[in-house]
Amino acid sequence: MSRMQVFEGVKVAEFAWVAVGPQVGRTLAEHGATVLHIESHRRPDLLRLSSPFKDFEPGIDRSGLFAMLNTNKCSISLDLSKPKGKDIARKVIEWADIVTESFGPGTMKRLGLNYEEVKKIRPDIIYISTCMQGQYGPHASFRAYGMQLGALSGFPALVGRPDGEPMHPMAYTDWLAPWYLVTALIGAMLRRRKTGKGMYLDQAQYEAGVTFLAQGILDYTVNGRVMNRMANRDPYAAPHGAYPCQGEDRWCVITIFTDEEWEAFCQVLGNPEWTKDAKFATLLGRKRNEDELDRLVAEWTINYTAEEVTALMQATGIPASVVYTIEDVFNDPQLKHRQHFVYLDHPVIGRHAYHNEAIRFSKSPPDFWKAAPCLGEDNEQVYKEILGLTDAEIADLLAEGVITTDADLPEGLAL
Amino acid sequence: MRGKKEFEVMRNLSNREGGLLNSYRVLDLSNEKGLLCGKILGDFGADVIKIEPPGGDSARNIGPFYKDIAHPEKSLYWFALNTSKRGITLNIETADGREIFKRLVKTADFVIESFDPGYMDSLGLGYPALEQINPHMIMTSVSPFGSSGPYTHYKATDMVLWAMSGFMSTCGQTSEPPYRVSIPQSYLHGSLHAAMGSMIALYYRELTGEGQHVDISIQEANFFSTDWAMPMWDLNSINLRRSGAGGFVDRPTPPGPFWIRFIWPCKDGHVSLFLAGGAQAGLVKSSTQLVEMANSEGMAEYLKDYDWTTHDMSNTSQEERSQIEEAVIAFLRTKTKEELYDAALEKGMVLGSLSTIKDIMGSPQLAVREYFVEVQHPELGDTIIYPGAPVKLSEVPWRISRRPPLIGEHNEEIYEKELGFTKEELSRLKAAKVI
Repeated sequence: MSRMQVFEGVKVAEFAWVAVGPQVGRTLAEHGATVLHIESHRRPDLLRLSSPFKDFEPGIDRSGLFAMLNTNKCSISLDLSKPKGKDIARKVIEWADIVTESFGPGTMKRLGLNYEEVKKIRPDIIYISTCMQGQYGPHASFRAYGMQLGALSGFPALVGRPDGEPMHPMAYTDWLAPWYLVTALIGAMLRRRKTGKGMYLDQAQYEAGVTFLAQGILDYTVNGRVMNRMANRDPYAAPHGAYPCQGEDRWCVITIFTDEEWEAFCQVLGNPEWTKDAKFATLLGRKRNEDELDRLVAEWTINYTAEEVTALMQATGIPASVVYTIEDVFNDPQLKHRQHFVYLDHPVIGRHAYHNEAIRFSKSPPDFWKAAPCLGEDNEQVYKEILGLTDAEIADLLAEGVITTDADLPEGLAL
Repeated sequence: MRGKKEFEVMRNLSNREGGLLNSYRVLDLSNEKGLLCGKILGDFGADVIKIEPPGGDSARNIGPFYKDIAHPEKSLYWFALNTSKRGITLNIETADGREIFKRLVKTADFVIESFDPGYMDSLGLGYPALEQINPHMIMTSVSPFGSSGPYTHYKATDMVLWAMSGFMSTCGQTSEPPYRVSIPQSYLHGSLHAAMGSMIALYYRELTGEGQHVDISIQEANFFSTDWAMPMWDLNSINLRRSGAGGFVDRPTPPGPFWIRFIWPCKDGHVSLFLAGGAQAGLVKSSTQLVEMANSEGMAEYLKDYDWTTHDMSNTSQEERSQIEEAVIAFLRTKTKEELYDAALEKGMVLGSLSTIKDIMGSPQLAVREYFVEVQHPELGDTIIYPGAPVKLSEVPWRISRRPPLIGEHNEEIYEKELGFTKEELSRLKAAKVI
C-alpha cells in the first residue's frame, strides 16, 4: 500500500518477548514502524517454544502463536550475555526511538540496558517495561506465565458454576495489558514531539488486568460482597444461559432482559403451556424459578440446531447466538466482511492467517506486508544497513558467537 | 489500608494539570458499550464531557448499587466506568440538542459513541456531517459488529458477543455448557480497543491535521483473547476443546490427546500451576523446586530426582501424567494458597494463587505499588476505592481527576459559563426536554 503509515519512520528496539510486549510492537509495526525483535538462538523468544506448532512439529519457526504476535517485524539474533552483544544492543538503542522489554525486574539492569543507562545513550528515549507485577514491590520477582497471572488477577474465580471448580479463561491478562500500553505509549510519543522529552512506562500486567474487575471491586469495598462465578446467569435477565442444541457439543446463548423479549420468546416457542404459568411472567418470578426455566428452555433448544435457534430469535429481536467454535469464527460472514483474517506467506509455516485489528480507520488503516520473521532472518539487512557494520565486523561477530546461528540452538531445539 | 491515595474532588480543571492528554477534549456520547473508552482518556488527563439523555444514561440502572440502593446516582457499575468525566444532559434527537452538540463538536478533539450503527447518521450527526463542522475531530464508534456488514443490526448483549467471538467455547468442561466470565467483559474489550484506536487516529492527526472515523467491532476485540486457540485452528484444524481445570495438548495419534492440569486444589482454595519441563529450563527448574518442597515434607517421594527435562509433552503418557498430578495434589492440599504463592515467589515457581476479589484487595504488592485509589463522593458522604493506573508513567501523572458526574452536574459550567446560554434559555431548554 502506498498510503502513508502513521508510524512510518518510528524505530523500535523490541527486547520484549512472549505476548504483551510483542503485541505492542505488532500494533506499531502494522502501522509502519520498523520493529527489531531481539533474541538469540541460545535463548530464543519463549513463545517460539510454545504450541500450537504447524503440523504438531515443534520448531523455533513453526509456532503459530509466535507468528500471530510478530507480523511485519525484523528478527535479529544477538547474544546479550556477551560484552560485544551488549555493545551491539547499545547501537540498536542509539538507532531506536522506543525500547520495550518484558523481562523480570532487574534483568535489563544486569545487562546494563535499563532506562537509566539507556537515557545516557538516548536522553529522549521512550522506554517500556511490562511485566507481571511491576518493577518494584514484594512480589515483583514473580516469574510465571499469563495463566498464572490471570489466576492472580481474579478471572478464573469468575468462570464456572458456583458449586464447581474455577476455570482459566485462557491467559486473560495478556489480552488487556498491550492495548493499554499502546494507548499510553502514543500519548508519550505525542508529548515527546512537543517537548523533546522521553518517558519511562512501567506496566504491571496485574494492575492492567484488575481494571476489568472494577464493578466487582467497588461492590466488595462498598457492600462487602465477594463476587463469585455464577455459570452463565445474570442478575438482571432470565432466561440467560447457554442451552444445548442438536449436533455434537453445539450450544446457543439466549439472553432475555425485557418483558418484550420474553413475550417474543414465548411466541417463537409457540406459546407452550409452561410459558403461560404466572410464575414465569415476571423477571422476579423467572429468577426465583430459574433452574426449572433453564431446564424447560433446554428441552426446546435441543430440538434445533444452534443456527436455527439464533435465526428464530434474531428475527424477533431477541439477543441470541450460536456459541461459536474457533472454526465457526473463521467461517463467520461478519468477520469475512470486516476482513478480519489476513493471510500472509510464512517461509516455514506456509500461508496462514493473522488477526486484523478490531479497529477500522477511515484514513490510516494498518498494512500487513510481512509474515512473522524466522529467528535471525533479518540479520544481514539489520547489521549492515541499519547498524552500518562491515562484512568483516559481521564475520567476526559470527565467529565469536555474538551473532548466533542455528548451530547455537540448545540440544532439544535443534531443527 | 496501606498505600492508599486520596483525591479531593475539584470543581475546576486544574486537577488535569500535567496529564498526558490534558490539551484534548472528548465528547462522550457512549452507553455501556463504550463508557470505558472515555474513562481511559480522562484518567490520562483529557477533558471528557459525558453527554447523557435528560434523566441520565440507561447504564445508571445497572447494578451493583451503593449499599444496594438502586438509584441512578448510586450505580457502582456507572461509577466504575465514568471517573474523570464531567457530565451534561442533552437530547440530541431534538433540533436544539443537535445544534448545541454541533457547537460542542467545534471545540472537541474526539467524539465517542456507541449507538446502533446508522443512528448518528439518521440524526445528521454521522461522521460525514461532523467532519464538515470540525475536520480535525476524531469520531470513534463502538458497536457489537462494526458499522457495516451482514450482522450490523444483530441484537447483541455481553454474552452474545462473548459467544460469537469464540472465547466462550474455550471455557468449561465438556460435560457442561461453555461459560462466560461472570463480570461482563465484552464491552470493556471494545472500549479499550476504542481508546487505542482513538490514540492512533490522534497521531495521524498530528502528522496531517486531519481527523477520521474510527470504527470498533466488539466481536473482533473479544476474539483476540482466544489467544492460542486461533492458530490451533488455523494451523492444524483443531478446535480448542473446553478442558475444565486444565488443557488438552493436542498431539497426533499415537500417542493421542493429553490433558494436563492448570488449576490445582489446595488447602483453602486453588492455585494456577504449570507443571512441565522438557526443553524449557524455567519450567524444569520450577517443577524441580516444587517436588523438592514436597519431598522436604515427606510427600511426592516417588518423584524425588525426577528428571523434568525428560517430561516431554509430545510423548509422555496420560497415565504417567495423571500419576504425577495425583502425587502433587496430595501435597498441595496440605498448603494454603498464600503459602504456595510465597514459596513460588521465593523459589521461582510457575505458580500463582487463584484469587478472589477479596484476595486482590489484600494484595501486599498492590498496596506497595499504591495501586488502589480512594475517591471522595461527597454526595454520598463517603469515599469509594477504585482500581488505579493500568500503566505507570514517569513524567506525568495518571489520576482520577474527579469522581463520576451526577446527572447534569456540569450543565451550568458548560452551557452557561462556556457556551454563554442565559439561565432563562436553560430553563426553556429544560422544560422542552432538550437538557
